[in-house]
Amino acid sequence: MKRLYVFLLIGLLILLVLPKFLDSYVLGIFIMIFFYAYLGQSWNILTGYTGVISLGHSIYVGVGAYMTFLLTLTLGLSPWIGMWIGGIAAGLIGLVIGYFGFRFGMKGVYFVLLTISFAEIGRLIVLHLKVFGSFQGLFITPQFSFANFQFKENTPYYYIALGYVIFSLIVVRLLERSKIGRYLVALREDEDAAESLGVDVFKYKMIAIFISAFMTSLAGAFYTNYLYYLHPGTMMSMGFSIEIILRPIIGGMGTVLGPVIGSFLITPLAELSRSYFAKAGYEGLHLVIYGFLLVAVVLFFPRGVISYIKKALKPVLSGLK
Amino acid sequence: MGFVIWDLEFETGGFRLSLLELKGVSKNFGGLKAVNQVSLDLEEGEILGIIGPNGAGKTTLFNIITGFYKPDGGEIRFERENLIGLKPHQICHKGMVRTFQIVKPFLQLTALENVVIAALNRTKNVQEATSRALKTIEFLGLKDKADTLATGLTLPHRKRLELARALATEPKLILLDEVMAGLTPTEVDELIRLLKEVNEKGITILLIEHVMRGVMALSKRVIVLNYGEKIAEGVPEEVVKDRQVIEAYLGEEFGNAES
Repeated sequence: MKRLYVFLLIGLLILLVLPKFLDSYVLGIFIMIFFYAYLGQSWNILTGYTGVISLGHSIYVGVGAYMTFLLTLTLGLSPWIGMWIGGIAAGLIGLVIGYFGFRFGMKGVYFVLLTISFAEIGRLIVLHLKVFGSFQGLFITPQFSFANFQFKENTPYYYIALGYVIFSLIVVRLLERSKIGRYLVALREDEDAAESLGVDVFKYKMIAIFISAFMTSLAGAFYTNYLYYLHPGTMMSMGFSIEIILRPIIGGMGTVLGPVIGSFLITPLAELSRSYFAKAGYEGLHLVIYGFLLVAVVLFFPRGVISYIKKALKPVLSGLK
Repeated sequence: MGFVIWDLEFETGGFRLSLLELKGVSKNFGGLKAVNQVSLDLEEGEILGIIGPNGAGKTTLFNIITGFYKPDGGEIRFERENLIGLKPHQICHKGMVRTFQIVKPFLQLTALENVVIAALNRTKNVQEATSRALKTIEFLGLKDKADTLATGLTLPHRKRLELARALATEPKLILLDEVMAGLTPTEVDELIRLLKEVNEKGITILLIEHVMRGVMALSKRVIVLNYGEKIAEGVPEEVVKDRQVIEAYLGEEFGNAES
């Protein structure tokens, strides 16, 4: 266990000095690695740990992004503050979805459909309302300053995104060791057994969806200020929801490091193949590669790559979770 | 709260305190009367057995008592408090816990982690829950399996785990649904010994059991269900001689052998 922390610390130190040696393009890839690791981790709380499958997490990203931006636009609120308000808004939407789903005992595919429906409703609302920029989306004229969460270089974004990942790792690790985390895992494993042993299944599912939605939406604030552009087609689509879930599935659901490992494996591949195939005139071909990769992982690593790494590195890292 | 305690003291002066009380409890599934007007009284510290053929409504009755099903009629009181409308987790918190006939371990967790979750019923502190869980696991002789994932446990061990989890919630009353089914006679004897010890600790036991050896050894009183109705009640030695019970459940042979 101790050893694992030493290795993680070394990894972190390497990541901290890395920007000194990398160009902006590669930094951009790392930013995306962190961004998707963070999103995957947020989703992991609900689906990996609690076993409630959501395929509509894009709605929380959208809520976070638009709330943060509109609060800046109308009230002049710094994104650093606005993102937390966006988080609460997303959390409340999560509670509404959760209420409908959990109160009426929706499980499995039915709950998945519910999450997709809400995400689509959100996307369509944003797409058709003027305040949200409708079809054109909203462009941000960046004013570079820390308070505005906008920077000229990639380096600050790199460190912020890394901070997001560390934050999510700490949250999930603490959660895992707490009573709440134990209860979430229990109800994932068997709802009836959990309920009979004193777990308020409804309440703890609501807690899980709130935390998950809240954290997911914080990434929305980052995305907006990184791209200077908001459009429901990019951050509120079904495709984006799938992007969110790929890393933790490939890395290993219900584990602290799974989403991070998944993102380190998938994101560079996605970014590089996307630009490569786009240049070669085969835009979208990278999605095919994704598809095959997902099939391969499900076939060969049904518990995610992490379980394999765990086995392979057992002599070196005792207690990798 | 004050006068409730008064009341109890008064009650216990004369009789033993009634822990669980059912009055005319019924449950229908469509046209089927799964449980029909069942009443029973369970005293504190007692061990009461429920027997009856498959489909007699025993497990349904457990599901009703523990809040998994809502009864269509009747009253259920636990320590004089109405239980109907409460959810299973609330009932567990009040001190009544059940095990499942088809055991439901948390498969991807270790035996210890399974029991820790149950122990968290009485504390928020995971460390404290862990130390309590360890004691429970030791009591049930599962200590060397503490770090084994539940998927890797054999059926007898899973049954013990189910019992360990139930005990770790620190109940006053424990409802056991066929914990002895599928065990070898030696394992049954071992479990009987354990359950007697549990009972001596002051935990009341209501058990559904087909293993007559277990029922006879443990129960001070037995209730027989058939087609959702209570057809007999009494001390085990007498109940097994009851004509109706032999016809419905035990069969001629058992009646002859016992008499």
